[in-house]
Amino acid sequence: MTIEAVGGREIALVDVLDRLLAEGVVLYSELTLAIADVDLVHLSLRTLITSITGEEQR
Amino acid sequence: VRGVDDAPIRLRPYGGLVAVTSAMPQEAAEEAAVRARLERLESVEAMARAHHLVVDAVARCSVVIPFRLATIHHDNQRLLDMLRRRHAEFDATLNRLTGRVEIGVKGYANGATAPAEAVDCGTDNPGRDYLRMRRQQRDRRERAAQDAIDASERIDAALAAVAVDHRRHQPQPVHLRDDDAENVLNAAYLVETAGLQDFLAQVRQHSADALGVRVEITGPWAPYSFTDLESGDRP
Repeated sequence: MTIEAVGGREIALVDVLDRLLAEGVVLYSELTLAIADVDLVHLSLRTLITSITGEEQR
Repeated sequence: VRGVDDAPIRLRPYGGLVAVTSAMPQEAAEEAAVRARLERLESVEAMARAHHLVVDAVARCSVVIPFRLATIHHDNQRLLDMLRRRHAEFDATLNRLTGRVEIGVKGYANGATAPAEAVDCGTDNPGRDYLRMRRQQRDRRERAAQDAIDASERIDAALAAVAVDHRRHQPQPVHLRDDDAENVLNAAYLVETAGLQDFLAQVRQHSADALGVRVEITGPWAPYSFTDLESGDRP
C-alpha cells in the first residue's frame, strides 16, 4: 500500500500530516493531542506550519 | 520495519486485538519533550514518516486503526486498560474497515474557464478601455475560481456516491506548491479494495470531464480518515 501504486512519487509530508493529525495542518494553529489517553497537550502548530511553508518554497 | 526513533516494534495482544507499539525513554515522553519535538519540522517529519511506515506495513497484512501522531501511553498497563475499555468500539471499527482502503483526491484550480463573451476593444477613450480590460481580467479570474470550485464539488459528489464513505480535509495552503495553484478539493474516499481499479477509473473520468480543475490522486492509504470513533479522544 504505497503511493507509488497510483502517483509514482514520494508521499508529500503534508498529505501524511493531513491524516496523522486529523484536524488539518493548515488552518488550525492549535491542535489537541491525546497523550496517555487522558492527558491532553495543546500544541501550537504555528511554528510547524511556517516551517513547512519555508521548506516547500525552496 | 522499526518504530519511532528506530525502536523495535512490540506487539501487545488483547482479546483478539493487537496494539502495535514501540517504546520510548521515559524522559522523551514527558509533555515538554513531546511538545518541543513537535515544534521542529525535521523531528515531526521523522516521527510522521516512521509512524506512517508502521501503519502502512500493518495495513498490508491486516486491518488497522491508525492512531494519531504522538499517541503515548505511559505504561503497558494503561495501554491494556485502553484496549479493554474500548474493545467493542475498536472491534466495530475494524469490521467496518476490513477489505477497504483510502484514496486521496485533491483538486487544484488551473485557471481555465469558458471563453468570455466577445470583447469590444479599442475606442477613442484609452482610460475607459484600460478600466474595462482590468475589469474583464478580474471577472475572468473570479469565474475560473468559481468554475474550479463548482467542478470539484461535482467530482466530490460523484465519487462520494460510489465510495463506501467520504471525508473532506482542510484545503492545503497555496504556497505549498510551485505553481501557486489553489487547492479547492482535499478529499478522502473509503473504497472496497476489490473495486479499487474501478474507483480510480471513475476519478480519472470525472477529472477529464471537469473544466478548470486539475486532479491529483494519492494512496492507497490505510484508512486514516475513517477511524472516527465516537468519543472526542480519538485514537
